Amino acid sequence: MSTLDAPSTVVTLDRVARTTRDVNAVLQAAADGHRFRIAGPAGEHALAAGLTARIDVEVDGHAGYYCAGMNQRASVRVRGNVGVGVAENMMSGRVEVAGDAGQSAAATAHGGLLVVRGSAAARCAISLKGADVVIAGSVGHASAFMAQKGRVLVLGDAGDGLGDSIYEARLYVRGDVAGLGADCVEKPMADDHRAEVGALLAEAGLTGVDASAIRRYGSARALYHWSTS
Amino acid sequence: MCGIAALFAKTSATEAHLGALLADMLEPLAGRGPDSAGAAVFRDPVPGGSAKVSLLDADGQATDWAALGAEAVLSDRGDQAVLHVDDPDGMRWAAEHAPHLIALGAGTTMEVAKRRGRPDALIADMGLRGIRATHALGHTRMATESAVVTAGSHPFSTGDDLCLVHNGSLSNHNLWRARLRAHGIAFQSENDSEVAAGYLQWRLREGDDLVEALERGLSDLDGFYTFAVGTRDGFAVLRDPVACKPALLAETDDWVAMASEFRALAVLPGVEDAEVWEPGPGVVYAWTHAAVSA
Repeated sequence: MSTLDAPSTVVTLDRVARTTRDVNAVLQAAADGHRFRIAGPAGEHALAAGLTARIDVEVDGHAGYYCAGMNQRASVRVRGNVGVGVAENMMSGRVEVAGDAGQSAAATAHGGLLVVRGSAAARCAISLKGADVVIAGSVGHASAFMAQKGRVLVLGDAGDGLGDSIYEARLYVRGDVAGLGADCVEKPMADDHRAEVGALLAEAGLTGVDASAIRRYGSARALYHWSTS
Repeated sequence: MCGIAALFAKTSATEAHLGALLADMLEPLAGRGPDSAGAAVFRDPVPGGSAKVSLLDADGQATDWAALGAEAVLSDRGDQAVLHVDDPDGMRWAAEHAPHLIALGAGTTMEVAKRRGRPDALIADMGLRGIRATHALGHTRMATESAVVTAGSHPFSTGDDLCLVHNGSLSNHNLWRARLRAHGIAFQSENDSEVAAGYLQWRLREGDDLVEALERGLSDLDGFYTFAVGTRDGFAVLRDPVACKPALLAETDDWVAMASEFRALAVLPGVEDAEVWEPGPGVVYAWTHAAVSA
């Protein structure tokens, strides 16, 4: 079955008949190409966590903490908001949130793409290890703290302390940055950076975005070596 | 951990079943705080010059509530009761007439109840599902800072229809408890959250409105917290500037709700069309019935 024409299996979560664990067991046992819709998520935690197959999951409402955590290969779409830690430690695949995300979105994520159509709260992409994160709205304070690798694109504003103690992750912000964290500096936008932003927007499915005001931020690398001065 | 649920009615239709809605919100929060639960409901104001006082007999003795000399016993739940007293300062009345009991709160509209264990015990005990109220706060506690006793359960009130529920812990509460005692605020426990309630009561007495009092608290109260605060007519939420403790706000034309997690909001009627957002760090969010009906 191809992913596109496979019928979608509706997995209803209603606390009485099915627990989150039952729902995740169904998703984790599925073979590549299957499609699922989780009805009635009601803010439950850890929905669609630990997926490893190339399946397509739609969460039909708001989800709680750690939604699509540790994701590998699967594509998870949430038609509402998510709580703390969406796509935390994601390895690959794609997670898309129609609404807002709580704090620590994509924390420590190694690969794959997180798209948040609304805003993400504090500590977005904290300790990012290689994933791509595209936020159509704004991000809260301490975002990209100690981010090591990967790209973060924010079309709105960034809260205070952006990129504190950052390593080699690349940050792009279109709106205002309330304040840069230690060792995070603005860097010039060259053609290859503009191309990178364009590719991220295309991958995220965001069209018609005026990217001309986007600025780049990254590590000054002054914290890489001990200095007594 | 700890769980917070708060509900503020914007319509009389919501007021009619506000207690049942708060009960529905508290049940999913049991996992965040299985040690004890508490609630404050704001309803049925008593005439000026008198007060309602919520009392706890911590020894669990069968107190003869009617013998304390109140105007009326509004509710009797064994070790706890709400009395109607002929003193506008219910906490003062309690200190004079029932010094051996713990005053859980006082005011013209506020009633406080607490119970050890999961919230279902509290809900049944206070008949929460049948209560009509304008607004209410609830809490499920995972004790970290002081003992698991009924008196240590939230909400905390030091009087004047003000009460507070708290997720987090304060680090300078001993300093402020001493300062506030010098300002005439009486405390019933060694709990840090009670100090925050006393602080806000003091600031309101000094003439601040609730928003001003909470904004001043940002610099005076050190620690981490998500607060939900109820007053006679108002409701407010504040997270500390670091905002580690979770919080969500939701609003429709019928109600404003705050909870630690969306699971507690998912039970509310019309939530699928609600505006749902995470309160920002160090930002005061406040509602009053006067403003809503204006």
